[in-house]
Amino acid sequence: MFNIDRWQEIFEAISKNKLRTFLTGISVGSGIFILIILLGVANGFKNGTKEQFARDAATLIEFWSNKTSKEYKGLNSGRRIKMTEEDYNLIKQTYKEDIEYESVDFWKNGLATSYQSKSGNYQVIGAMPDKQFLESAELLSGRFVNQKDVDKTLKVAVIGIEVAKELFTNYKTAVGKYITTGNVNYKVIGVFLDPNERENTRLYVPYSTLTQLYASVNWGSGFVFTLEPEENYDIALAKSEAFANQVKSKLQQIHKVHPDDVTAIRHFNAVEGSKEIYQLILGMKLFFWAVGILTLIAGVVGVGNIMLIIVKERTKEIGIRKALGAQPKTIIAMILHEAIFITSISGVIGLLFGFTVLEFIGGQIKTEFILNPKVDFSIAISTVILLVIAGVVAGYFPAKYAAKIKPIIALRDE
Amino acid sequence: MIRITDIYKSYQIGKNTLPVLKGIDFNVDKGEMVSIMGSSGSGKSTLLNIIGILDEADRGTYNLDGIEVKNLNEKIAAKYRNQFLGFIFQSFNLINYKTALDNVALPLYYQGVSRKKREEKALFYLDKVGLSNWAKHVPSELSGGQKQRVAIARALASDPKVLLADEPTGALDTKTSYGVMELLQQINDEGKTVIIVTHEPDIAAMTKRNVELKDGLIISDKIIEPVRATLYV
Repeated sequence: MFNIDRWQEIFEAISKNKLRTFLTGISVGSGIFILIILLGVANGFKNGTKEQFARDAATLIEFWSNKTSKEYKGLNSGRRIKMTEEDYNLIKQTYKEDIEYESVDFWKNGLATSYQSKSGNYQVIGAMPDKQFLESAELLSGRFVNQKDVDKTLKVAVIGIEVAKELFTNYKTAVGKYITTGNVNYKVIGVFLDPNERENTRLYVPYSTLTQLYASVNWGSGFVFTLEPEENYDIALAKSEAFANQVKSKLQQIHKVHPDDVTAIRHFNAVEGSKEIYQLILGMKLFFWAVGILTLIAGVVGVGNIMLIIVKERTKEIGIRKALGAQPKTIIAMILHEAIFITSISGVIGLLFGFTVLEFIGGQIKTEFILNPKVDFSIAISTVILLVIAGVVAGYFPAKYAAKIKPIIALRDE
Repeated sequence: MIRITDIYKSYQIGKNTLPVLKGIDFNVDKGEMVSIMGSSGSGKSTLLNIIGILDEADRGTYNLDGIEVKNLNEKIAAKYRNQFLGFIFQSFNLINYKTALDNVALPLYYQGVSRKKREEKALFYLDKVGLSNWAKHVPSELSGGQKQRVAIARALASDPKVLLADEPTGALDTKTSYGVMELLQQINDEGKTVIIVTHEPDIAAMTKRNVELKDGLIISDKIIEPVRATLYV
């Protein structure tokens, strides 16, 4: 396949026909460039929409407990049920396969928090590292609670943007400072922004730290989960309901609660109200694919068109070559070889250019509906490859036609 | 060398069939220099194209150097053209982005000759037509006469058995035309068979045999004493 003579022929043809090479390259390169930009924007649009409509994770399922309202197995009603970390671990183990994010929360209200002369009353929550994703909290600076903090019961806190604004005039200076909450000093490790504004007056500390300080047993005020994402709303809903009911029965069983007691173990399933989000995301996905496919079709048509023009322009040359003894397959190979070469090179250039622009513009865009306009590199590379293959297929027919032209007709073409 | 028997050829123009050759018998021996004459539409170019395997006859037989040229596929036709025939066209038909040297070397490329050998041979033939100093020039930098000389060198490069020239002087002035004819006579003197299609009597007079076509038939075929082009250059 590798034939140095043929490469020399092609390089000669390419370098001596600069305008043709340039125009072909421009049209393929700009096609890829536009494709990358469109895909990036479509992606950004999808991300932005997801962000706009998701207060918490859209598939959040939360469990909490309260007093019983029914007698059961000789136990009185009005008994306060307290879930524990053991319950949480049991659920976590049982549904390991289905769970995406998980956290056991311990809530502590009524603690005063202060920094130097400023102070305020904020909700303090002991949580697990996944809490960040469960709340869709965005980190403005620093980091979130991690597993190491939990394991070592470190006295660290991630504070909401409102907390940071009240205690520190400039929230950016908060990370690294020590705040006092209920007479205990915590090091601020991060500042978060929760899409749900009320939750920006919270402090997250490691679950283990807070229970160690304020609970005799490892109580769990709430268990929060998301399940592995499902594309289809009905499936997601069915799965989440099944999960919620099973977990609820399990907890009722452990705590000896009547199966029909509605107050003791309670739950909230966000999937039930998130049909629109599912539809929107599906819509975005369809839009994304439609844009991609249409652009690709446009690219293929463009490449085919260029090939047709090239073949037309070279008809006479092809006639001469045939009169001098070139065989049809040599002619086809020559045209395709050149086309593949130019298409690949200019495709990659367009690709890099598109990525550069996306990278540059992506950070600048401050619209609420476009977020993080990025394209998966492997998808981009595959589109280039696809376009090159399409170009070859589209170029093959004109090339074959050209190779079939009788030299006498080609030569007459002035 | 060439044995043509009872050849017919017609072209389809819309719904009408236009007969161009209506039964031609035509033989050429090795070393001959033949001119085919006739007014436009007489079928002379069509006959040359059939001889050159650029076109195929509807009926009749064509034998080229002992080989029956019939129902050829493109591949074999290309091979025969490359091995047996050298073409010279009125409009030169050089590839405009290639240098004179590369143009001459092109038939050798299709024979699979190595690059070094190709350039050596091409330079030899360019020297033969007196253009070795112009090897690195592209056609647009050459005069009409020089272009036709390059085309002749290219036709010779693959060492064909027959040289076919279609109005080789049609685009040239008289003086340059005689220069080209001088070259063709010289090539014929070395033993190469040359067939020239022309409608100019002075060019035909420089060949050894005149064949005249009219309305698709040969109306005269006579051996003449050629005028040497050298006398006019």
